[in-house]
Amino acid sequence: MSAGRLYSGGRIDREQPLAFSFDGRDYIGYAGDTLASALLANDVRVVGRSFKYHRPRGLLAAGVEEPNALMQVGEGAASEANLRATEVELYAGLTARAVNCWPSARFDVGAVLRPLERFLTAGFYYKTFMWPDWHLFERYIRKAAGLGRPSTEADTSRYETRYAHCDVLIVGSGPAGLAAAVAAAADGQRVILCEQDPQLGGRLRWDPCVVNGQSLDGATAAAWIDAQVAALAAAGDAIVATRTTAVGYFDHNAVTLVERVTDHLGPQAPAHLPRQRLWQVRAGKVVLASGAIERPLVFPGNDRPGVMLATAVRRYLHEFAVRAGERLVVFTNNDDAYATAHAFQAAGGAVVAVIDSRAAPTATVLQAARAAGFAVVTGAVVCGTSGRPVLSSLRVRDAAGNTTFFNCDVLAMSGGHSPTVHLFSQSGGRLVWDDTRLQFRPGDSVQAEVSIGDAASVDTPVAALWNVEGRGKAFVDFQHDVSATDIALAARESFRSVEHLKRYTTLGMAPDQGKTSNVNALVRMGELTGRMPGDVGTTRYRFPFTPVSVGAIGGRQRGELFRPLRRMPLHDWHATHGAVLEEYGGWMRPAYYLQPGEHPHAAEQREALAVRTAAGLFDGSPLGKIEVSGPDAAVFLDRFYANTVSTLAIGRLRYGLMLNELGVIIDDGVVARLADDRFLVATTTGGAARIAGLMEEWLQCEWTTFRVLVAPLTTSIAVITLTGPKARSLLQTVGVDFPVGATEFPHMSFREGHVGGIPALVCRVSFTGEVSYEINVANSAVRGLWERFMAVGAADGLMPVGIEAWMLLRTEKGYLHIGADTDGTTAPQDIGWGHVLKREVDFIGRRSLTRTANLATDRYQLVGLEPVDGAELRPGRHLRGDAVTSGSEGYITSGIYSAALGRWVGMAMVRGGYARSGEVLNGVSGSSTFKARIAPLCSYDPAGDRLRG
Amino acid sequence: MLLLHCPWCGPRDEPEFVCGGQSHMVRPEPWHAVDEATWGHYLFTRDNPKGVHLERWHHAHGCRQWFNVARHTVTHEILAIYRMDEPVPNAVAGARA
Amino acid sequence: MKRYNAWNLLWQGLTGHRGWEPAWRSPAPKPRYDVIIIGGGGHGLACAYYLAKVHGITNVAVLERGWLGGGNTGRNTTIVRSNYYYPQSAALYDFSLRLFEGLSKELNYNVMFSQRGVMNVLHTRHDMEAGQRWVGAMNLNGIDAFMLTTEQVKQRIPLLNTAKDARYPVLGGFVQPRGGTARHDAVAWGYARAASALGVDVLQNCEVTGFKRSTEGRVIGVETNLGTIGADKVGMAVAGHSTVIAKLAGFRLPVSSYALQAFVSEPLKPVMDTVMTSFATGMYFSQSDKGGLVIGGGLDHYLSYAQRGNTPLLRHVIGAVADQLPSLGRVHLLRHWAGIVDVVHDSSPILGETPMPGLYINCGWGTGGFKGIPVGGWMLAHHIATGRAHDIAAPFALSRFSSGALIDEAAASGIAH
Repeated sequence: MSAGRLYSGGRIDREQPLAFSFDGRDYIGYAGDTLASALLANDVRVVGRSFKYHRPRGLLAAGVEEPNALMQVGEGAASEANLRATEVELYAGLTARAVNCWPSARFDVGAVLRPLERFLTAGFYYKTFMWPDWHLFERYIRKAAGLGRPSTEADTSRYETRYAHCDVLIVGSGPAGLAAAVAAAADGQRVILCEQDPQLGGRLRWDPCVVNGQSLDGATAAAWIDAQVAALAAAGDAIVATRTTAVGYFDHNAVTLVERVTDHLGPQAPAHLPRQRLWQVRAGKVVLASGAIERPLVFPGNDRPGVMLATAVRRYLHEFAVRAGERLVVFTNNDDAYATAHAFQAAGGAVVAVIDSRAAPTATVLQAARAAGFAVVTGAVVCGTSGRPVLSSLRVRDAAGNTTFFNCDVLAMSGGHSPTVHLFSQSGGRLVWDDTRLQFRPGDSVQAEVSIGDAASVDTPVAALWNVEGRGKAFVDFQHDVSATDIALAARESFRSVEHLKRYTTLGMAPDQGKTSNVNALVRMGELTGRMPGDVGTTRYRFPFTPVSVGAIGGRQRGELFRPLRRMPLHDWHATHGAVLEEYGGWMRPAYYLQPGEHPHAAEQREALAVRTAAGLFDGSPLGKIEVSGPDAAVFLDRFYANTVSTLAIGRLRYGLMLNELGVIIDDGVVARLADDRFLVATTTGGAARIAGLMEEWLQCEWTTFRVLVAPLTTSIAVITLTGPKARSLLQTVGVDFPVGATEFPHMSFREGHVGGIPALVCRVSFTGEVSYEINVANSAVRGLWERFMAVGAADGLMPVGIEAWMLLRTEKGYLHIGADTDGTTAPQDIGWGHVLKREVDFIGRRSLTRTANLATDRYQLVGLEPVDGAELRPGRHLRGDAVTSGSEGYITSGIYSAALGRWVGMAMVRGGYARSGEVLNGVSGSSTFKARIAPLCSYDPAGDRLRG
Repeated sequence: MLLLHCPWCGPRDEPEFVCGGQSHMVRPEPWHAVDEATWGHYLFTRDNPKGVHLERWHHAHGCRQWFNVARHTVTHEILAIYRMDEPVPNAVAGARA
Repeated sequence: MKRYNAWNLLWQGLTGHRGWEPAWRSPAPKPRYDVIIIGGGGHGLACAYYLAKVHGITNVAVLERGWLGGGNTGRNTTIVRSNYYYPQSAALYDFSLRLFEGLSKELNYNVMFSQRGVMNVLHTRHDMEAGQRWVGAMNLNGIDAFMLTTEQVKQRIPLLNTAKDARYPVLGGFVQPRGGTARHDAVAWGYARAASALGVDVLQNCEVTGFKRSTEGRVIGVETNLGTIGADKVGMAVAGHSTVIAKLAGFRLPVSSYALQAFVSEPLKPVMDTVMTSFATGMYFSQSDKGGLVIGGGLDHYLSYAQRGNTPLLRHVIGAVADQLPSLGRVHLLRHWAGIVDVVHDSSPILGETPMPGLYINCGWGTGGFKGIPVGGWMLAHHIATGRAHDIAAPFALSRFSSGALIDEAAASGIAH
């Protein structure tokens, strides 16, 4: 007995045969087939192995709900795990393997575990593997678990994202969805219709349906579908998306769709198309026409290959011209499954019997069945199956308790239908139990949404039959091997709430997400514990409706499109002059400029020495720059900074600290007073956007009466810093139109004028301890100016300086680097800024500075550090005094070898550090130790002569 | 994904905005007259209702304006959006009572 | 209590598993208990267990509004670690980790604590310095941790893109070998079963709607949908709902409730054997024993009690996976969920007394509550039983928000916890 292809019918293209392989054997299918239908047509009846017991499994379903046929499809980078064969469209050369078995689904070594089934019940692992230790067992359990394997090669496919807006989004293109789409479009609404299958029509493609009083079947159905598609096209802007599954329903009518753009083409997919596309749809109204999913019946042996859902048998027949076998028995508790018997017979199969659990099926249905010659056994149930491994006979128990055997190779079962309520549930709606129709259906809408058709309610009368007793395992969740006895065990062991049931037995948590099992399980739990299904509760369905690839969700967010990097105007110059560019606070900046054969450490030392002995040029363009102007600008800045700004004279610079309301230092920088009512505020690179944002927040939300304008200028101005003993002469060589003598242009002042003929704002401020000029120019002019400096300075030893040397120079001077020397707990008092406590005026964070914890004397305080016995003062190393044997008393915040001083220089946060000047601390570096002495912060030119010179 | 109607730009998706937390906060002043507990509450204690919450949002990737939102923390339903200088709408005040 | 062991499993397997007892009793509430614990999550159940086991107080009820372990205990990424910077935090979380190490045997319930190591991956020089500082502090706090080279990181997670030109190049990392994962539900069930066996009443579907107080304002019981229940002392461990319960008691807490999303992929054969966190993207993930990749990230930064997240954060976190683990592009995401986490400013828990005499609190664990279950339960039990804070819990008192003595790991490390 075998399953096979019919000579005619179906929606496959017999002119286009397609070769494919499964578990290493070659087969032929046709265009229009799914992998599942092609396998069934080739009489491949065992298509997978179950998760826990490695039981042989056949196709249960024909659609998205399929629990058994999980495939590893494709090769190399394109290898994809855990695809449902029922959703994989066949293409030429497709290679597939059943997951979780070896060497094949048919002959699986893992099946040696089957004799242990009786011990491996739900939750057995909670009760054992504790002695001597879980680790001993875990690795074997892990190996046994899991389904497919991810590719080991990078996924090179492209994934796109599309944002779409519409008046009405319709999910599902069955008779209800299609009619709704046409009606909405005719009404002038912008419509998006999405359909998970390759073609529109949903159930109309394989089942007769009544639409608007008109009975449609076969050719008439196809014509009706075509007419609706034409009507939609005529409406103009309706979007129809096939192979597109609605997977998520989020807040405010945001629905996420996944379109499988080229998956059905396999390796022949054209390069210009993405593999998948994620749609983010915002809909005025959502119409859920997602149909219904048939429930299996729970009886012993119901997982034997050959036992299928009744609708699936019909669908394989009508859509793919595949008859699932030769001899059919139908087992049902409703009228719908009778259609399968008739269809099977019409396709030349033998209908052995119809087993109806109802004592009195609907008269007309019964009549038609008997007229067709079916042996209908009413009031009976299937209570066992046999076959090796494919179904060959089954046992039926009638109302009187007598058993009969039937030989058959297909059992079409139907336990009724459950509306596909997943998206409704995701929208936040509650499900209600309909005790007449025996189904969970959508309750009241909580978003702008309506469920229609079978998704709202399935009207076929159905009789309760939730469990058939008998010998052998009766499966509820096929994919996770959860049987009726597991549910009984859960009930016995206190796991009675639906969530406990789910988590204890793993029911509904497999890749099929319980599409065929949830309702059966929780109604059964209700029966066992004397509760209505609605009282057992339903788990809330969650995104995604069907599993979605990581690639599709991530979209183009990979590499630099995941989080863009910023590049400076001089980026290309740096890149072509030996710079090693690294990310610092989101910007690509030169760490150092390597000369041929040079070690990075040597480069950093060379650059720093150049600054100390000649001059260096540093690209400081990412430095934050914010123009703050308006009549209240000075008052505002007085409150924004921990120190006073309003007393600053025009033309002068002042260093300042910014705090948050907790009194923690969040940024620092130099502020320039351009005019009475205009300031240029510099921030750290990392703080540029944040500080501008904070200023806006305080002005818009708190000090709303201030007349202040905040203009972030960071990326419109480039900054190059010329520093070193030869800086002044180089500046003069390049040409400057204002006096730059030490007294004419003193430290902490600025001038507006021209440098090398280019309009510039020049600040005399230093982060190196040498005479320094920060030259602010337009982005467009910076390259020319930089190159001129390099050209005229080469003979004097001018060198470009990277970040690492820059950090060395400022560490020698003991200058603060926010985020390195401070952290999220550092207050002004902790870095020697106790004087701000004298300010009477309120400022951000003022009150926090006198809280109990802020006044403690054992706070971490910033001190200088000098090595004892040549110790290396590396950042991150911890320190403690002689009295301390455990824990840390401090840590090195900045530390680096200084060629200028011939030793390491360092800064550290030390508990109560101010009062410990001169103390020698014990440093810890892994398992070794070193000594360092607390010293003044500034190690180089402490008098500041070079700075002011 | 939330849909917020910026008072200046109209309806925009959630990623354009940043939520700034509770709105209508009153900063205790003058600082020297504020006791430690009061200041501690101002710094750290926020409304956290299971229900309607008044919060301020920033159209960070847009007009950069702040505005107030009355939003339900269970359903995420937006009950009202109003500018920083506007009072709490009566309907919202009623829903919170 | 029927012992769980291989022998009993074997015997029950041969006899149809009909002899297993309920994991916990489901009694009707008594009119009065010595102690009532509000919240039947991990922390509440652990507290009840330690009250009974360590302090001999067995006249205890745990009141759970829904089903046991249904809050954050059942909605997290199951990570257990004690790789903390401050000595106070390290002491707290390592106490917890040590309890985890013996928990399966203690409870006679396999919680599958898998010490596969928790690894942080570092991407910049600044990360490396912060990592050094962090590891150094941990070592001084007595926590096992060490730095890793790029190659060592790659060895632990071959899937990770460690190329120099990656968006997030891997400069190194550090690992706490004793860290790992545990089966989250089992922790709740194990404590419930063990507590119930010691006489604790575990009451599900019992929602607290108010407090009864004496004329002096001391708590003397709670009102519930099952009636008024008297108690000498009450503990609360309700995470994201802390402010809701506090409001019933008439005080406010510095707690905000946010949705923390997490994601799991379809089951895969083992591809990694550790827990990974990326400094730069905040994405963290591990592979469960069942084979699913369990992935987490940051918060949806607006108040929420909805137990579900939104797409912008989802796409960011999964984008990080696609970028940093490029061979996982075709792996399918199976499910997403969100816990409602109780976030306080310094991301450290609040343990101890509340403004209402007789009511003790355990909250504020934020995104890290799962790993704190044993210690959270232990400390709450200690305070309730002895009337004094345990030395380890003392720094975590509510009063720190006035004094400013915060224990802010994120502030210290520059890394979100």
